[in-house]
Amino acid sequence: MSFSIIFDNWKLFLEGFVVTIQLVPLALFFGFFMALPLSVMRASSNPFLKWPTYSFTYFFRGTPLLVQVYLFYYGLAQFSIVKETILWSFFKDAYKVGLLSFSLNTAAYTTEIFRGAIERLPLGQIEAAKACGMGPLTRLRRIILPIALRKSIPSYGNEVIFMLHGSSICSLITIIDITGAARIVNSRYYGPVEAFFTAGVIYLCLTFCIVGIFKQLEKKFLSHIRR
Amino acid sequence: MFNFLHGYGPSLLEGAFITVTLSVVSLLIATILGLITATMKLSKVRSLEIIGGIYTTVIRGIPDLVMMLLIFFGGQVLVNRVVQELGYDGYIDINPFIAGSMTIGLIYGAYLAETFRGAFLAVPVGQAEAAKACGMDSWTIFSRIMFPQMTRHALPSFGNNWLVLVKSTALVSVIGLEDVVRMSDLAGGSTHKPFNFWVACALIYLAITSVSNFIQSRLEDRYNVGHREEGR
Repeated sequence: MSFSIIFDNWKLFLEGFVVTIQLVPLALFFGFFMALPLSVMRASSNPFLKWPTYSFTYFFRGTPLLVQVYLFYYGLAQFSIVKETILWSFFKDAYKVGLLSFSLNTAAYTTEIFRGAIERLPLGQIEAAKACGMGPLTRLRRIILPIALRKSIPSYGNEVIFMLHGSSICSLITIIDITGAARIVNSRYYGPVEAFFTAGVIYLCLTFCIVGIFKQLEKKFLSHIRR
Repeated sequence: MFNFLHGYGPSLLEGAFITVTLSVVSLLIATILGLITATMKLSKVRSLEIIGGIYTTVIRGIPDLVMMLLIFFGGQVLVNRVVQELGYDGYIDINPFIAGSMTIGLIYGAYLAETFRGAFLAVPVGQAEAAKACGMDSWTIFSRIMFPQMTRHALPSFGNNWLVLVKSTALVSVIGLEDVVRMSDLAGGSTHKPFNFWVACALIYLAITSVSNFIQSRLEDRYNVGHREEGR
């Protein structure tokens, strides 16, 4: 076993690393801002708002990310409306399709996390806000979302780690992320142990960073309810 | 329906059968590993605690796809190197089903260890103490006092882990196992109708998820008898 094949290809791993740390935050960014309105809709009692969002989260949480990526990347190419119009410039690009499916996937999980936090909100908080004369939007902006988002920090941290790990799937649709770099090195030099071990160590370090960041966030935003 | 799948329905179902079998075998491995690791982490022996801690931390920090590639391709290299040292000339292929179920079992063992540990700690200490005072030995305490009460606390997280595990098995298609994902891929390729098969594949997973959810809520109802409010 020789790790020289890793050192000889450090540039490839660096490129993969850059792709991963771009793709994951972008997907999380889009997912987060989709999840904000979706979770409020999902938590509402209006069936026209509740059921569409429920079907959305049910589909994206009930199927593997791999199948979603394949569905968007390979599946949609079946239709001429995708393949012969302007849409094709988007859907032929693996990076964009990967970003789209990751964003939708994390949006679904994040929606359910936020929804849970909104529904567990103490009723007294909302009643007090109503008693102070706040309208529904003000309540949402000043009472419901700030409390719900704070309470979601620990579970959202897990979701961020899942997204990081899930992003390794994009290496299966030709994107060269950390896993993609490892797969290339493996196929060129046939050193699976070295290649995938290195990739694993990089992911492990990234995971520790995320855990550290969320520990700090919890300290900052949840210190008032820490036991 | 059958026109939609161009006659590939049965092969998709075969794939689905492999997915379910693989999931169940992996869950068994994961449960055993999880129980062992939880016991190690709860034991007062420092070295066992540390080993259990390293296992759960490292495994949960690495993507399942990377783990699978490492165990399947890396394991292949290592096994053959060892065999060569022992003086055997042939080449040994690792069976993807075995590699897949071992990888997924290994990964979810780490998650289940936390589930079991949490559930064990959720049962009041007084219960075990009272059982001890009644003269029960440690196996009887576990099987008659702790286990029935742990189940209630472990079920929600156990069920979630099962759902994540099932979806995780989709990755075995990468190492060549003919699960429902691989079958959909093949059928989509030969009919030039990939969309139909990816939708069908997604629906099969949704069906597995829905059935699991139903069973889980039934079990939770059963084990929450007497704890209605808490176990909501």
